Amino acid sequence: MKKLFTGNEAAARGAWEAGVKFAAAYPGTPSTEILENLALYDEVQTEWAPNEKVAVESVAGASIAGVRSLACMKHVGLNVAADPMFTFAYLGVNGGSVILTADEPGMFSSQNEQDNRHYARAAKMPMFEPSDSQETKDMMINAFDLSEEYDVPVLFRMTTRVDHSKSIVNCEDRKDVPDKPYEKNIPKYCPMPAFTGDMQKKLYGNLEKLKDFSNHCKWNYIEDNHKKLGIIASGVAFRYAKEVFGNDASYLKIGFSHPLPMDLIKVFASKVETIYVLEENDPIMETEIKAAGVQCIGKDKFPQMGELLPERIRLAAFGKTQETIKPNPKAVVGRPPALCAGCPHRGFFYELSKLKNTMIFSDIGCYTLGALAPYNATDACICMGASISGGHGVSQALKLKNEDMNVVSVIGDSTFFHSGITSLLDASYNKSSYLTVILDNRITGMTGHQQNPGSGYDLKGNKAPISDIENICRAINITNIRTIDPNNLQEMKDALEWGIQCDGPAVIITRWPCALKRLSEEDKQEFPEVFTQKYHVDMDKCIGCKKCIGTGCPSLEFGRVEDRKMNITESCVGCGVCSQVCPVDAIIKG
Amino acid sequence: MSEIHGMSQRGGSVSSQVRYGSEVQSPVIEAGTADIIVAFEKMEAMRYINYLKPNGKVIVNDKEIWPMPVIIGKAKYHSDIIGELNKLADVTVINASQLAEELGNEKVTNVILLGAIVKAMGLDHIDWDQIIANNVKKKFIELNQIAIKKGMDLV
Repeated sequence: MKKLFTGNEAAARGAWEAGVKFAAAYPGTPSTEILENLALYDEVQTEWAPNEKVAVESVAGASIAGVRSLACMKHVGLNVAADPMFTFAYLGVNGGSVILTADEPGMFSSQNEQDNRHYARAAKMPMFEPSDSQETKDMMINAFDLSEEYDVPVLFRMTTRVDHSKSIVNCEDRKDVPDKPYEKNIPKYCPMPAFTGDMQKKLYGNLEKLKDFSNHCKWNYIEDNHKKLGIIASGVAFRYAKEVFGNDASYLKIGFSHPLPMDLIKVFASKVETIYVLEENDPIMETEIKAAGVQCIGKDKFPQMGELLPERIRLAAFGKTQETIKPNPKAVVGRPPALCAGCPHRGFFYELSKLKNTMIFSDIGCYTLGALAPYNATDACICMGASISGGHGVSQALKLKNEDMNVVSVIGDSTFFHSGITSLLDASYNKSSYLTVILDNRITGMTGHQQNPGSGYDLKGNKAPISDIENICRAINITNIRTIDPNNLQEMKDALEWGIQCDGPAVIITRWPCALKRLSEEDKQEFPEVFTQKYHVDMDKCIGCKKCIGTGCPSLEFGRVEDRKMNITESCVGCGVCSQVCPVDAIIKG
Repeated sequence: MSEIHGMSQRGGSVSSQVRYGSEVQSPVIEAGTADIIVAFEKMEAMRYINYLKPNGKVIVNDKEIWPMPVIIGKAKYHSDIIGELNKLADVTVINASQLAEELGNEKVTNVILLGAIVKAMGLDHIDWDQIIANNVKKKFIELNQIAIKKGMDLV
């Protein structure tokens, strides 16, 4: 049966066909849809984990217990999961285990562009790198077999274009993979100094054996076309290279990329006069190939930063791109993402941006957009959870410097569960005094509405216990807590003023659902009138002062319907924030 | 097919690229080689015009969505983008959003535009009524079938 699959759908299908029984992930672009698709298969226990470290640990446990298991994450998630992963590689597996990293050359929705192929080298793990959906599915099946054969978890590196591009996949049946019996084996599963030496020898020895696999597996192959130019390429860069050079080059396609097939590379080098190495981001293959004494051209010619798109390869190789039409720059205005109409973060950022003498430490989520105009309400942002611990550090440093400044940390509900709780524990344990605002929009928003430990449902849509954020805060000794409606600007303002003058750490929880959320029964009961009405402008009353524009709502437009008057478009969902800002009561419900 | 998604719901610019043929290697279109661009919004046609091949076609929905810099008065939306586009390429302007509203549901804007590109690409002989019937909820089948015909009639 042939299907048009994204790489993510193909990864899920491959894992299912390979007989995977347990899978865990934390959502993150571009990896999110893998677990969402795997959850459609009844035979697989699929779970959103609170974070990537937890996902990999639970997957390691499932493997030790004897079933095939898969963990998925975006590239930065692997940093969180790195701790268990490195040692899981020492332990090896019982049921086959794959850890999938979705890297983001181009940083479409990420805070950095790290190249996770480095992790395969650092952790001594084998790595697959598919270049399209069919390869993704086929390699996934092979990855599970390889994991069991070599007693090692396998890294599987995808990139945004492979994750999100659709191509045809030949689907097959699920393999009948018997569960492995669990047998107690302390030297295998307990990495104490007495045993780690042997574990290490096995892991490093594996890598030697895997070189043989790499030289002979079907994922690494030569296409002989031309003697003048040979191209060594991995991932989607191979596809781009084929478009640009066609049959005017020979190719060595690298699909199993760690360890590299150095014998095969040397054979290829003997067939061609010049070698280009095309790999997105860092010169990893290039460095290893050069170290093996093979001449090649890589990052001296082709860009390291960003995607290695066909036009960039063409420009680097031939000095010019295809003929293109140049847009008129005067007719193009940037279109940065913005908080949606009805976003519950709007009222918060509107009031926060008015606080003077305040350092704001933000986090990873939709609310990172609070850094943009018109709010400009962010000073720093690093990674998930860093808002609270970063804010703690700022607060302590200001004390040491004898400087008086408000500190506000901003984090979302899912991000709080991910890694904000330990940060808040730091603030309470080390007696910090600053304000944390937890924007609880009742869902994991930015990645497209995944359930989380606070939302009341699990990945398969079954009811789940609700972890109450207020209770968690109390349990770690936060006593200054307020839960409020962020669309009520007076309440929001009062809470912020209260929070910044509290003695000791304070927490405000803004509780209102994401404007795009499909409301649960519990949401409908808790927020009975949410998103049921719109607002409009009374043109006779509007004085054109544009004060409402300061809320940064995309439903507002000035002077489009009537000259020098505001208008509210159909996209309004009735949060009412703009009407509270209007000095002449010209914005009216209904 | 390749798409960059996620930002659309937050007012950002989103593009999808479709390539088909006897052999497709890259899922993305090389700049300067797209046969056709369909833009759901005027300014987005201009933003991506560098993808069009020199004699390619542009189909533009006559719709203006203000980005945040325009809403907050930091930038101006160009007063005649269609005129500027016409200087650069073969442009067909369609008021798909308004036609969709007239059909009773602005959400069929995309299917009107689909009808337009299907016609422009000479693919109107395909049984689109059946394809729609296979892919949309029952109560929306007829609406979408009317919408795709509307789009085809405009090119």
